[in-house]
Amino acid sequence: MSAPGPYRLSTARQDERLDFSFDGRKFYGVHGDTVASALLANGVRIVSRSFKFHRPRGIFSAGYEEPNAIVQLHSGAEVIPGERAPLVPLIPGLQVSSRVGWPSRSFDLLRAIDYVHPIFAAGFYNKTFIWPSWHLYEGWIRKLAGLGHAPTGPDPDRYDTCHAHCDVLVIGGGEAGLAAAVSAGSAGQRVLLVEQSNELGTNTQRLRELAQVTVLTRAMAVIYYDHDLVALTQKVSPTLSGESANGALPRERLWLVRTGRVILATGGIEQPLIFCNNDRPGIMLAGAAGQYLRRHAVAPGREVVIATNNDTAYPIACELREAGVDVTALVDAREEVPSHLAAELRALRVPIHFSTMPVDTHGFSGLKSVSLGTLNNRDQVTAVSTLPCDALLVSGGWSPALHLFAQAGGKLSFSELTRTFQPVAPHPSIEIVGDAASPPSGAGAIRVSPVGSAARQWIDLRHDVTVADIELSVRENFVAVEHIKRYTTLGMSMDQGKIGQAPATEVIAKARGMAPSQLAHTTFRPPFVPVTLGTMVGRNVGDFYAPTRRTPLHAIQAEAGALFDDFGSWRRAAAFPHPGESRDAAVHREIKLVRAGVGLYDASPLGKIELIGPDALDFADRFYINNLMTLKAGRVRYGLMLRESGVIFDDGTVTLLDEDRVLLTTTSGGAGRVAQWLEEWRQCEWPNSRVVVAPVTEQWASVALTGQHARKILERLQPECSVSNEDFPHLEFRKTRVLGSEARIYRVSFSGELTYEINVFSHKAPALWAALLEEGREFGIGPYGVDALLQLRMEKGFLHLGADTDGTTVPDDVGFGKPAAAKQRHYIGKRSLSLPENVRPDRLQLVGLRGARTAGIPIGSHLRLPDSGQATDGWVTSTGLCSADGMPVALALLRAGRQQTDKVTTVHDEGRVVTTARVVSRVFYDEPGARMNA
Amino acid sequence: MLRIPCPYCGPRDEAEFNYGGPTHITRPQLSATDTEWSHYLYFRENPKGLYRERWLHFAGCGQWFNVLRDTVTHEIHQAYPMGASGE
Amino acid sequence: MLIMQRYSLLKVLGHGLRRNRDWGPAWRSPALKKSYDIVVIGGGGHGLATAYFLARKHGVRSVALLERGHIGQGNSGRNTQVTRSNYFYPVSSSFFDHSLQLYEGLGRELNFNVMLRQDGMIVLAHSLHELEGTRRWANAIRMNGVDAEILSEAEIRRQVPILNSRPRFPIVGGLMQRRAGISRHDATVWGFARGASDYGADLIQNCEVTGFRKSGGRVIGVETSAGVVNCGRVVMSVSNHCSVLARLAGFDLPISTMTLQAMVTEPIEPILDPCVISGLIHAYVSQSDRGEIVIGGAADVFTSYRQRGSFHVTRGILAAALELFPSFSRLKLMRQWAGAVDITPDTSPIMGLTPVQGLYINCGWGTGGYKAIPAGGDTMAHTAVYDKPHPLIASFDLARFERGALIDEGAAAGVAH
Repeated sequence: MSAPGPYRLSTARQDERLDFSFDGRKFYGVHGDTVASALLANGVRIVSRSFKFHRPRGIFSAGYEEPNAIVQLHSGAEVIPGERAPLVPLIPGLQVSSRVGWPSRSFDLLRAIDYVHPIFAAGFYNKTFIWPSWHLYEGWIRKLAGLGHAPTGPDPDRYDTCHAHCDVLVIGGGEAGLAAAVSAGSAGQRVLLVEQSNELGTNTQRLRELAQVTVLTRAMAVIYYDHDLVALTQKVSPTLSGESANGALPRERLWLVRTGRVILATGGIEQPLIFCNNDRPGIMLAGAAGQYLRRHAVAPGREVVIATNNDTAYPIACELREAGVDVTALVDAREEVPSHLAAELRALRVPIHFSTMPVDTHGFSGLKSVSLGTLNNRDQVTAVSTLPCDALLVSGGWSPALHLFAQAGGKLSFSELTRTFQPVAPHPSIEIVGDAASPPSGAGAIRVSPVGSAARQWIDLRHDVTVADIELSVRENFVAVEHIKRYTTLGMSMDQGKIGQAPATEVIAKARGMAPSQLAHTTFRPPFVPVTLGTMVGRNVGDFYAPTRRTPLHAIQAEAGALFDDFGSWRRAAAFPHPGESRDAAVHREIKLVRAGVGLYDASPLGKIELIGPDALDFADRFYINNLMTLKAGRVRYGLMLRESGVIFDDGTVTLLDEDRVLLTTTSGGAGRVAQWLEEWRQCEWPNSRVVVAPVTEQWASVALTGQHARKILERLQPECSVSNEDFPHLEFRKTRVLGSEARIYRVSFSGELTYEINVFSHKAPALWAALLEEGREFGIGPYGVDALLQLRMEKGFLHLGADTDGTTVPDDVGFGKPAAAKQRHYIGKRSLSLPENVRPDRLQLVGLRGARTAGIPIGSHLRLPDSGQATDGWVTSTGLCSADGMPVALALLRAGRQQTDKVTTVHDEGRVVTTARVVSRVFYDEPGARMNA
Repeated sequence: MLRIPCPYCGPRDEAEFNYGGPTHITRPQLSATDTEWSHYLYFRENPKGLYRERWLHFAGCGQWFNVLRDTVTHEIHQAYPMGASGE
Repeated sequence: MLIMQRYSLLKVLGHGLRRNRDWGPAWRSPALKKSYDIVVIGGGGHGLATAYFLARKHGVRSVALLERGHIGQGNSGRNTQVTRSNYFYPVSSSFFDHSLQLYEGLGRELNFNVMLRQDGMIVLAHSLHELEGTRRWANAIRMNGVDAEILSEAEIRRQVPILNSRPRFPIVGGLMQRRAGISRHDATVWGFARGASDYGADLIQNCEVTGFRKSGGRVIGVETSAGVVNCGRVVMSVSNHCSVLARLAGFDLPISTMTLQAMVTEPIEPILDPCVISGLIHAYVSQSDRGEIVIGGAADVFTSYRQRGSFHVTRGILAAALELFPSFSRLKLMRQWAGAVDITPDTSPIMGLTPVQGLYINCGWGTGGYKAIPAGGDTMAHTAVYDKPHPLIASFDLARFERGALIDEGAAAGVAH
């Protein structure tokens, strides 16, 4: 029973067969196959269509450099749009598609474009499609390209990230890499050896004995970062997705390796020969054919011709012949070769023709014959003959895989001796060994056919770029290598132009009339091979994209039906709707509750920073516009903090807890920023200040008991201190005990009602919350959320930073000009307040607005003053309804606002005037502040 | 990703640090003109080459320190505590 | 004085028949002369557009553009090609919309297809509070006479069906500018180069400016790697090297040069029409006409001229892109690169006069210079000809920092520009 596939040279049992489908048709391969080897074994010649001209294309290589056989695997959410067929291990039931061809891959009507190919030369779309608009054409050009499907749902797989440190990172597990790893490991160094395939080659005995050597297989080094950090990707799950392994394994793993030095044993990439119609199915790199034979027992064809300009094709020819493949000829562009190579081949009865290279091929759907040109000693073709063949193996020399060297900043230049790229100078951290250091011998002969139409000689198979395109580019004065690359799109596709680098350089040099070594080398952009985005990102997906910060009262609030929303990095209760109640209705109810009765609010996310030490108050005083040196122990003061530019940075309260302890509160979003700011000044500018900056936001929970009944409820909790208004006035602080625990109580009010902010240790907060709800029940207490608080404070004209201010607002804009100017002592930002821009009278200033009963004042709407010459005179920053009379009110930043009192502005939203509003004082509720002070 | 030698913790990945811009800052006197003051606020040396800057090891010791780094090659020549002169 | 050939479909067909052998150079490569009326330093989009408008609009043909490498090798060739004008402040709005309007007619103006595709740009909002700020921004844009609208979550999802259906941060709405979109950066650069050359400007590549010659506070020439060039006016139009050049001319700039990364995936079928950007989940994502998904995000925030990014920043940008579009997880990153961007304290550019008479500056574009190319060239050409800033750029003067008059788009709109 012969093994699956007419081109398979070995046999396998029925039960060793694996089934797979390609474009809906069923085939069989064997265990150990790749998709490419299985397709070759089955004689599938056309695997795709070329990008522009829809010419049929076959498998060209056996590795990551594959330009043609890029296929789609699976479908739906699991789809992998573009995988190189030689790298995909065959698994049972695998669905493979080519995604090209209309109506099909084998019969593609769009090949008609090939007949008018000169029209579609490089840059053609820059010269046309201008009228009437590019948009008309762009849609169907995108569709014609025949690109892979995008996945239809979230990725079912997961991807891990690992970190490693080593002394030596050896990239490449071939002979040279193994030797280097053994050598370094024997010298006691920690070695990490990275190998792309499933297992290392031979002679791994010595390696296994070295405990310091770790081997990673199915791994590739892809990106070289600063200071010798190298990123590797590793395929982990044995199938193509982690799902199949019950999700126990990640599909891929990213390794971030910080190494002392790197040994590049990455080998070389075989380069093709360039001649007319060098892209037909059946044409393949000689080394690739050797691999398919050795690893998969697959023959490239039935009548094989080999064309080379170097020695490496000879052993492959022998191998093929010995395996029983009919090698009808080997043609070598050189005049002579080392005699032992020729002798070996002649002994196998393979004819050898010297000074011969392919000049053309024939065959509409795939290779049928090759035209061979005889070269004279001036590399001119003197005679042409034709040989029938269904496979043409080409070998045009080897280009060392030095991409990582270039990524690390190493410079490369083209060497006319080796006809490939070499480092200009060594890199301090990188040693290059093996074929990557000295490519296999003898690329001294011609690589590009001197005859035939340049428009039919392919340099970049993936993007359909020909020698003619390069010549045209130069003709049009796009001569810099980078210009040629972008103009022709050479090397800009999935294969990143690996095959063809060396011939492209020679073609460019010839077109420019220069020596290839004079050309500047185009940059190699990372990654070395394409990397799955999921692998780059790792586990920071879904819920793990960003941390969720919850207050200590989250659970208890959730039970009470809280509607949570994101406020900065915190998850907070926006409102507490009753069943069936909308968010808006809940907010209105909560506002009434607080104004008329009593409410409970979770203020825990508010930033809290303690300054501890003899210089604590002095230190704090340097940051605020307010004079803090007069602050007495147990007193609270509201303050604004500025950047050096004078712009408002944060606001909050300052409390002198006792003589060497100050508590600052910040906005909940600014807690981290402010702490870092304070710490930077302390460490860098005032290191002699005797103070410690201690952020305590998460340590203390804060519950705000708000409303006219607040005192009565607090008394029921029997705090150790007296809470009468005489004993504990507004803007003061008491350290006491409540419910048997330490508590810090602050009388501050953001809402304008009598408020006690009760701070207890975080883990005590739920008990406090429950106790307050219990004791307050007879007063009708209920929780209220952030939405309600923002409206409550708006009526008092209190600032909400980030809404009423932006990154340009200075103290005077929001009514704090006097204190800012009055403070004698210098504070951060003071000097900038007198810069011309900051004292302009027509600056945007915070004002209040009263609207008409008929329409609200939409948030974010813009304003225009009467007789305004400007596009806009300001915008609404906070909006709501006045508690007293239900009229729409708002806060707004208005040009020269304080001079506009009583003026009527038009209010503009979404392109229309929606209402008018009168400029008024920004305090709409209890201006004297009687309720807070009660 | 830079490998930054924290003077207190040793070499650590760049992701553990916050950047603080120029260091060895001398502020003009408060009596400076608007031109001098705004120059201090906004103008930068922005050198193509050696640069003295400050970094914060926020994910480690929490200390600010100074670094002398080449802005082209990213080679770090020196890392020294805040307050030291680095000469 | 059009010396080059006109491009058209007929020409493409005709030349095709002749095997494309007769196409001439897209721009001339003349030898550098000893003197010119105006020298433009910097062969990126802005410099080329300046040379173009000098010749085309003002008839100034004695112009040399000096580029130390090859044209478009800097940020003009590295950006993510987003073309839009959704800016907050009236001065920014006027400028950028002038630029977008120029882009809309640029293909015809230059007779070169810049491949502008106006499928819109959507800025997402992820909380009610953020949406409030977005409303303010949308209204600011409209008050400036530019197109913008607020979209609901449902409308956004209809236009971008592949958005995350179960996001970590909800999508509550967003801002759409319909006229925004993508164009081809290389085409813009080459189109302006060809136009400038056609109208008489000398494009000189591989020529580095090494110094300035001044007399009595006025520029009289530049020193270059190819010799001294005498000139009465110089437009300095370089990005990341502006501080270096300014210092050679004797003044300082409020610029920090930093790395900005960009990356593309393998090409796939068309699935994303508008550009999508989020401030909170910080990335901007679009699909190029070649089918690649193009992704950008935050800069690597330390001073650097190296043009390589750090891994954790790349990861952060891609994590944001996957948070917005989880189905992209299985796509492959094909290419990643970076540019060095010149960041100003207010993320608005620096354009106009300098302390040196006759020396004009155009820099500080930071992460947002590509969309400004046509207007940048237009206004700087005017400025150099009249020795006075064009009205559209008066507010972007270098002296604004002395006054403290920053135009902080990032602060106003809350999104990095």
